[in-house]
Amino acid sequence: SMADCGSEEVAVIGNTDITDEESQDNKNNMMAEGSCLLRKMEISVAEAEKRTGKNAVNMQETYTVYLIETRPADSVTEGHNPVPDSLWRRYSEFELLRNYLLVTYPFIVIPPLPEKRAEFVWHKLSADNMDPDFVERRRIGLENFLLRVASHPVLSSDKIFFLFLTEENGWKEAVFETGFLAKSDSRLKALNATFRVKNPDKRFSELKHYSDELQSVTSQLLRVRARVADRLYGVYKVHGNYGRVFSEWSAIEKEMGDGLQSAGHHMDAYAASVDDILEEEEHYADQLKEYLFYAEAVKAVCRKHELLQYELETASQDLASKKQQQEELAAGTVRTFSFKGMTSKLFGQETPEQREAKLKVLEEQIKEGEVTVTEKTLECEEFVKNAWKDIERFKEQKDHDLREALMSYAVMQISMCKKGIQVWTNAKECFSKM
Amino acid sequence: MSGMSADPAQALPAVMSPLSGQMLELDEDDDLEVFSKDMNLMDGSPMNASMPTSPASMINQYKFEEETDAKDIFVTVDNPESHVTALETFITYRVVTKTTRSEFDSCEYEVRRRYQDFLWLKERLEEGHPTLIMHPLPEKFVMKGMVERFNDDFIETRQKALHKFLNRVADHPILSCHEDFKIFLTAQAWELTSHKKQGPGFLSRMGDTVRAVAASVRGVRNRPEEFTAMLEYVDSFGQKMISLDKVTQRIVKEQKEYLGELKEYGPVYTLWSGSEEELVEPLKGVASCIDRCCKATEEQIGHLSENLVPLLHEYVLCTDSVKAVLRRRDNIQAESEAKNDALANRKADREALKEEVERLEDKVECANNALKGDWLRWQGNMRSDIKAAFVSTAEKNVDYYEKCLAVWESFLTSQTAAHDMESNSGHSS
Repeated sequence: SMADCGSEEVAVIGNTDITDEESQDNKNNMMAEGSCLLRKMEISVAEAEKRTGKNAVNMQETYTVYLIETRPADSVTEGHNPVPDSLWRRYSEFELLRNYLLVTYPFIVIPPLPEKRAEFVWHKLSADNMDPDFVERRRIGLENFLLRVASHPVLSSDKIFFLFLTEENGWKEAVFETGFLAKSDSRLKALNATFRVKNPDKRFSELKHYSDELQSVTSQLLRVRARVADRLYGVYKVHGNYGRVFSEWSAIEKEMGDGLQSAGHHMDAYAASVDDILEEEEHYADQLKEYLFYAEAVKAVCRKHELLQYELETASQDLASKKQQQEELAAGTVRTFSFKGMTSKLFGQETPEQREAKLKVLEEQIKEGEVTVTEKTLECEEFVKNAWKDIERFKEQKDHDLREALMSYAVMQISMCKKGIQVWTNAKECFSKM
Repeated sequence: MSGMSADPAQALPAVMSPLSGQMLELDEDDDLEVFSKDMNLMDGSPMNASMPTSPASMINQYKFEEETDAKDIFVTVDNPESHVTALETFITYRVVTKTTRSEFDSCEYEVRRRYQDFLWLKERLEEGHPTLIMHPLPEKFVMKGMVERFNDDFIETRQKALHKFLNRVADHPILSCHEDFKIFLTAQAWELTSHKKQGPGFLSRMGDTVRAVAASVRGVRNRPEEFTAMLEYVDSFGQKMISLDKVTQRIVKEQKEYLGELKEYGPVYTLWSGSEEELVEPLKGVASCIDRCCKATEEQIGHLSENLVPLLHEYVLCTDSVKAVLRRRDNIQAESEAKNDALANRKADREALKEEVERLEDKVECANNALKGDWLRWQGNMRSDIKAAFVSTAEKNVDYYEKCLAVWESFLTSQTAAHDMESNSGHSS
């Protein structure tokens, strides 16, 4: 379900026959081309491993690292299977990368990471982060994240992203060197904007509303699905008791013994089959979760728009009020209330020289203000244009992915039904022979 | 309960339980009371007694019998009705008999009987043939709680069990010839009441009971190996039946909880479709699939509750019946042994005692033979019943999965078709 990258160029990188210098050249060239990384590079999160080490406060901790493997896209040919380049990253590094992308490309719907902690868990499934099944699903989720970024028309050409995939050491320093932390908007600023913006773009308002609904409905769906899974598990597992009792019973029967015994085996098989069924369904749940988290990413874009719009409105307002002041000062009247005005009334009128000075200051401020408004307007327009482009792309991707997810859910149900038919047909045969 | 087979006997009167004080008489005779006075009484006219009212179940009863020579008596139990008198409220069931047997004056009879009449019949048959194995009557009380006593399901289950009980008697070559069976099937209400009074009186029954208790206290000394084997088997078998009964009821419970969650699941997809554009069809499609699977699940639960659950429960009761038979056989033997002992110690009046001893020894032999014969018969019936119930359950489960499979496959097909159409008409995705 990866978007088409659009570029036809394929560069060869990581080829062991070329020199380090040439390799670096190639890499640089590739970055400059700005075409879809995924066309040129195979990326995978191949493995997960447990590590122990000392953390920031010198305490022992256990954590998981993930092996990222990269290889030129066309490197695997007849009889030639080069070893991929690889490096280890932990979840927190993925988070850092994502935060960098969020700040650097606020007009893009940034692909989400798999969940930090297991949620929407049905009872048998472990909520433990160290659980092998959880780790495995997270590995898949991290790979999915990288592939999403690598196939994005804008994000895939980001240098920091490239370094994340290729430079094990020094990557963190490189990220911080970009100064992205300074650029990030404070939460308070963003919250302020949400409540005070006067003329948000209608499309963004609708989009925000949609994102809220998507979040709400997908989390509801995930909760109910988990409960359904729980119950289904119960139904299947209870049948295992038939297996046990039939087996014991067959020992005291002559004619019915064989039929009972074999029927019992089928009941055991039936009870055991639910584990695989529900494990598969977790993949479906993960697909839903991805879009639950995507909704948040969309909301982030909307919030950024609100912030920019708010800043524009504030700047316009400031300019308008300064112009007003200028008018009043020039005309000699005070229509706007100000302490200055009050004091001049109380302490006598200003001299013409004083007024002249004030007007000059105002003029400067107005000039600056006009520049600011023009800049902000441009910033807003640029943002809206770029954001909307990515939002259209996102919508298409979402419709495509979710439709496929629903169909794959149907496929899973079909498989479950077929298994059920088989088991009970077999059981029926055994019962008939009793 | 809805979704039942087309048996007209299922059209039960609505059962309500506003428990006003005067309704709640717990009759000694263990009939089910507490029905509202305003229940409509169903009129079963004698004219439509031309066919057994549940041909399907009749045929099923018949199919697995070992005697495939022509059955000459057909009995059905249906049409429960509530009766209110000044003293009590109780249920009667219609019992229809069709027979070609010469002992019967007519070939068709229709009477109404209440639970205590069935109980009476069972006791009479047991008295006459203490070591024949009878299919059990449904229980007197349902321990599970008040609510279940007052609903349609309870009456229906009881009715089916009474039907099976009578049919097993009718199919039994010896029991079906018992005079009291004929009277049960044919006598009008007042005739039956007066006949009941003629039976062995209270004192005589007390005498029997005392003797039975004395015999069981004494205990049997030399029980033949085969009867000990029977007892051990029945013990084990009984435990298995109790386990299976529990497991099956647990399955029903889990299924119901699954259904409960499933019913909330579909609507969320429908809700979601309200905020989407392109995804409306697939989301609604999934919602519809889930709803249809809910219906299939409901049917499956119904089938389980109406077939396997009652059957297993019957066989739990069966083991009690069989154990009672084995006890009675033991008592007969114990009585005989006691008399033998008495004879060995007597000096005078030996002749009279010898006759008594012989009589009792004959009694033991008869009892043993009757039991041995009936044991095979019982085993055969048990195998048929259990096989039929489990086969039917397995069939229903296959049916359930096939229904669900069809639902999801049709969704997938329609989605693929829709998508292909879109691609062909130039929409990109």
